[in-house]
Amino acid sequence: MIAFENVDKFYGDFHALKDISISVREGERMVICGPSGSGKSTLIRCINGLEFHNSGVLTVDGVEVFEGSKEILNLRQEVGMVFQQFNLFPHLTVLENLMIGPMKVRKMPRAEAEKTARKYLDRVHIPEQADKYPAALSGGQQQRVAIARSLCMESRILLFDEPTSALDPEMINEVLDVMVELAETGMTMVVVTHEMGFARKVADTMVFMEEGRIVEVSPPEIFFTNPSSDRCRMFLEQILEH
Amino acid sequence: MTAAPDTNIVLKGRELPRPAKVAQVVDSVTFSVALYTLIVGIIVYGAYSGAQAMGYNWQWYRVPQYFYQQTDDGFQLGEIVVGLGQTLVLSGAAFALAVILGLILALLRLSGLVVCTAVSIGFLELIRNIPLLVLLYLFYYVLGPIFGYDRYAASILCLGVFHSVLISEIFRAGINAVAKGQWEAATSIGMSKAQAYRYIVLPQSIRFMLPPMTGEVVHMVKSSAIVSVIAVAELTTIGRNIISDTYMSFEIWFTIAAVYMVVTLILSVGVSFVEKRYAVEQ
Repeated sequence: MIAFENVDKFYGDFHALKDISISVREGERMVICGPSGSGKSTLIRCINGLEFHNSGVLTVDGVEVFEGSKEILNLRQEVGMVFQQFNLFPHLTVLENLMIGPMKVRKMPRAEAEKTARKYLDRVHIPEQADKYPAALSGGQQQRVAIARSLCMESRILLFDEPTSALDPEMINEVLDVMVELAETGMTMVVVTHEMGFARKVADTMVFMEEGRIVEVSPPEIFFTNPSSDRCRMFLEQILEH
Repeated sequence: MTAAPDTNIVLKGRELPRPAKVAQVVDSVTFSVALYTLIVGIIVYGAYSGAQAMGYNWQWYRVPQYFYQQTDDGFQLGEIVVGLGQTLVLSGAAFALAVILGLILALLRLSGLVVCTAVSIGFLELIRNIPLLVLLYLFYYVLGPIFGYDRYAASILCLGVFHSVLISEIFRAGINAVAKGQWEAATSIGMSKAQAYRYIVLPQSIRFMLPPMTGEVVHMVKSSAIVSVIAVAELTTIGRNIISDTYMSFEIWFTIAAVYMVVTLILSVGVSFVEKRYAVEQ
C-alpha cells in the first residue's frame, strides 16, 4: 500500500531522511516513534505529499509520489491526515468542517455529505457538537472532529502526526479510544506517537527512528521486550520509566 | 484598585501605597477633558480672531442653499450634495478596481513563481514611488490621449491603480496571517491551491483584513479629492466652483471639510459594526 525505496530528503543542507526503505501493507497499523528531530513527521508528511522527497521512489496505493505529479490531488483524497495541532477550519462549524472536503473535492451533494458527516461524528462520539464552532470545543473533541474530517473523505489510509501531543492528559484517552476503534475496522494507519500503551494495543509493526534513519522495525512483542538496537532500548527505558 | 470590591471581604495582606497625588490628578478624566477643551478653545479662538482681524465677512446663512433648495419647482438637492454623490460613485468605482487589482497583485506575489513575484513587486514599487498627483497627470495627460479615454476614466484608473498596491499589501498580510496548518489541512483533504484559497484561507483572512481595509476606504474617499485638479466634477471641484462664484472661501472650505469628515466617520463606524458582527460569528 505504501512503499519507500531508498528515499532521501533534505531541507537545504539538513539531511532529514536517510535512505529510507520500508513498506506498509493494506490494513497494517504501523507506529513510528523516536526522539524529536528524528524524521518521523517528515516521513509521514512525505506519504501524502505535504513534503516531497528528493531521491528514491515512494509509491502510495500504486501511484508514485513526486513533486509536480498530476495524481497527487487524487492521491491525497485517499490518504487522510490528523495533525498535532488539529488544524480544524475555525470559520466553519464542526459539521461544515466535515462536509467541505466531500462537497468541494469529491463533488458530493450537500444532503449526502451531511449524512456522511453525521455518521462519522457519531463514530467519534460527539454528534451533539455538530453546530458549534471548533473554538468552543475542548482539545480532545477538536482532535476527534479532525479524525472525523479525515474519515469523511472515505480515505483508505490514515496518517496521524503526534495526534495526542498537544492535548491535556485527561483528554488523551478519548482520542486514543477512537483511534483503537478505527484500528479495529481494518483501516491502514501510520501513527507517529509516544503513547506506548496505544502502540502495544494496536500496532502490527513498530518502527524506531533516529537522526533520519530507521533503526528498528519489529512486531510489538519483540520491540518492547527485546529490541535489537541499544539505542531503541534506551529510548524505550526513558519513556516507559514513568 | 486598592480597596476590595466587596466590603465584606477582609483582606489579610498589607495595603499597597497609593500613587502620588499629582499622578492621580493628571490621570483623572476631568483633568483630561478640561485640558482637551482648553486646547481646542485656543485653536478655535485663534482662527476666529484672526479672521476678524482681517475683516472677513462671514456669510454662513448663504451656505444651506448648496445642500438643498426649496423653489417653485419643489425640493432640489444642492450642488454640495450632488458633488458628494459623485465623490462616492468615483471612490466606489475606484475602490472596486483597486480590490480586484490588489487581489491579483497579492496572489501573483504569493504564487511562488519567480516571474509572477517579480512582476508584482515591480508594479508595486513603480506605483508606490510615484506621487499620486504625478500619477494622475500621467494617466490623464499621457495615457489618456494614447488610449483615448476621458478625464473621468483617468480618475478612476489612477485612484484604482494607486490604491491597488496598498490593498495588495493588506491582502498579502491577511493571507500570510492565516496559520500554515490551515493550508496543510486543506491540502491533506485533497483541495487544490485554488480551492484552499477560496474555501479556507480567504474567508479566514477577511478577519485580519477588515480593519486596515476600512482605513483604505477612508483614504480612498479623501484622496479622490485630488481629481479636482483635472476638473472632474466631485465634491472638492464643486467647492472650488462655488467659491469662484461667491468668494466665501472660509465657509465653503470648512463645510467641504466637514462633509468629508462626516462621510469618513460614518464609514468607519459602519465597518467597525460589521467587524463586531463578524467577530461574534466566529
